[in-house]
Amino acid sequence: MTSASRSLLAACAAMLWVFAGGCQIRQDMADQPKNRPLSPSPFFDDGRSERPLLENTVARGSIADDDLFVPKESNAFPLPLTPELLKRGQERYKIFCSPCHGIQGDGNGMIVMRGMKRPPSFTDPHDPRLRQVPNGYLYDVVTNGFGAMLSYSAQVPATDRWAIIAYVRALQLSRNAPASELPPDVRDKLPKGDSAK
Amino acid sequence: MAQIFHRSTNFISRFSLFSAVFLVGLGLVGVLGLARSPYSTNQNVVRAQPVQFSHKHHVGDDGLDCRYCHTSVETSAVAGIPPTKTCMNCHSVLYADAPYLEPIRESFRTNQSIQWVKVHRLPDFVYFNHSIHVNKGVGCSTCHGSVNQMPLMFQASPLLMEWCLDCHRNPEKVLRATKEDVFDMNWKAPEDQAKLGKQFAIERKIRTTAELTSCSTCHR
Ligand code: HEC
Ligand code: HEC
Ligand code: HEC
Ligand code: HEC
Ligand code: HEC
Ligand code: HEC
Repeated sequence: MTSASRSLLAACAAMLWVFAGGCQIRQDMADQPKNRPLSPSPFFDDGRSERPLLENTVARGSIADDDLFVPKESNAFPLPLTPELLKRGQERYKIFCSPCHGIQGDGNGMIVMRGMKRPPSFTDPHDPRLRQVPNGYLYDVVTNGFGAMLSYSAQVPATDRWAIIAYVRALQLSRNAPASELPPDVRDKLPKGDSAK
Repeated sequence: MAQIFHRSTNFISRFSLFSAVFLVGLGLVGVLGLARSPYSTNQNVVRAQPVQFSHKHHVGDDGLDCRYCHTSVETSAVAGIPPTKTCMNCHSVLYADAPYLEPIRESFRTNQSIQWVKVHRLPDFVYFNHSIHVNKGVGCSTCHGSVNQMPLMFQASPLLMEWCLDCHRNPEKVLRATKEDVFDMNWKAPEDQAKLGKQFAIERKIRTTAELTSCSTCHR
């Protein structure tokens, strides 16, 4: 072998080594020894890196929810009522409640059409029960579930639950409002036959 | 002295020189193309899942909002995959005996996680954050395609660095007007998107191209 071809060979070997090493390093950077959200972990028996809350402990920050607790019998409302809160409630109601309770709160949501148990209407003019229950009762239903409806506390944070309740109250009011209580400009828009309602 | 090589070999030598360059070029194009092809980006690969969960049925037919299941998409880096309990909200009553839902019921009974197969996967050296994209008006379907028509989930975009940069250089094209639009799977850019997009970019304080394409935005 000439010295030129020997050094060429050495250069090739060096290149190969760099490439192989490069690949190795890239692998490690792309797949680092850390847990990403919801990734499995062999460290724990149940294989979850996401740890459930230990018994008798409180997650950081969730103690603030205590301020938003209202007992079942109470009609208190723990947040200031603002147009923003109602808007937020409308948006959250559409996402989390309307699939079953319907966009108008009548209990005819899309999932009910597909065979889910039909919930009672929030706004039924002939059955005032759900219009008369206290706010604390609604909070309890959403937080802890009721009959065939499971709890929504994991999906909807406490402030949003109250925003939804505010919006449900607005739905109940608007679906049963006498025409005489409407602002005049809105009343004028009603079809004539309806003004007696 | 007689010529050792015939004149025609001139052509052969030129030809082989050019074709060597050509072949190397072709090889390079091939390698670069392969790296961008669905073969290596996993684009459009449908993954079998432990439960045949269909976004087409749940989103397209039943009208569920993404946020009913992917609850953290507006507030955190990750969109999140719903826990078994979320499925049981409906399936404790609806199709409560269907055999194809048995893994869900078993997971609920035994408190063992369902191991969904990951569809989108950026390398660990890339930082991605859903909340900023969603809150600045980039819609799910811009990156994930028409999820409402997917019986099984697949990755609709290549997720290459050049794909991210392509939008970061010019996000005006895709900015949507309202929050509702962001979750609308059928959104189409209006005719005056160029003008609207510029206006949204100013209103929402979208940073400059230099900042959005700086390496440390995504590699931190
Ligand atoms: C998956 C379907 C579904 C969703 C989504 C849902 N509910 Fe229900 N809800 C029901 C069903 C079914 C009932 C009736 C339960 C029964 O009687 O067993 C019910 C009952 C209720 C009741 C009445 C309780 C009573 O005393 O009769 C209230 C109040 C209520 N839901 C509020 C909500 C709110 C607020 C949301 C949104 C955060 C919501 N629900 C979302 C299915 C649902
Ligand atoms: C009924 C609950 C539900 C709803 C509603 C829902 N998803 Fe999903 N989504 C899931 C589940 C469960 C998975 C994991 C299984 C899979 O990948 O198909 C998933 C997976 C995904 C993935 C792939 C995740 C990965 O592994 O990379 C994307 C992207 C996604 N969903 C987007 C959406 C979008 C966009 C919407 C709204 C249009 C939506 N989802 C609505 C339950 C839901
Ligand atoms: C809000 C109610 C609701 C939730 C939550 C829900 N489903 Fe469904 N699911 C339905 C309805 C309604 C159907 C019937 C679909 C249809 O025919 O349009 C269905 C059908 C199905 C089917 C049958 C196959 C098909 O697509 O027709 C599977 C499997 C399924 N769901 C899995 C899941 C899983 C897994 C989850 C949790 C990530 C889930 N579902 C959450 C309402 C729900
Ligand atoms: C700018 C592009 C982009 C937009 C907009 C976007 N996503 Fe994603 N999504 C991604 C990327 C990239 C990943 C992979 C993330 C990773 O591997 O870390 C991903 C992953 C996911 C996952 C898997 C779980 C996770 O969080 O890693 C879900 C679920 C998801 N997206 C749902 C949604 C929903 C719902 C929306 C609309 C509200 C949405 N995405 C909007 C790019 C986007
Ligand atoms: C369709 C358009 C689009 C795509 C595709 C896209 N982005 Fe973005 N991205 C945006 C917009 C718009 C912003 C907001 C910029 C701002 O507010 O200044 C943003 C912001 C970001 C930020 C800044 C977050 C912060 O807090 O500083 C990161 C990180 C980011 N994107 C990562 C990615 C990655 C990684 C990808 C590819 C996997 C990607 N993006 C793909 C549009 C996009
Ligand atoms: C908008 C987000 C974004 C920005 C800005 C960005 N990158 Fe990337 N980069 C990515 C993503 C996403 C990947 C992963 C691509 C893949 O998986 O193929 C990546 C991959 C890489 C890789 C690995 C390529 C490979 O094939 O493994 C390198 C090296 C890199 N980036 C360097 C840079 C440098 C240098 C800059 C600044 C000039 C930069 N990046 C800016 C998103 C970004």
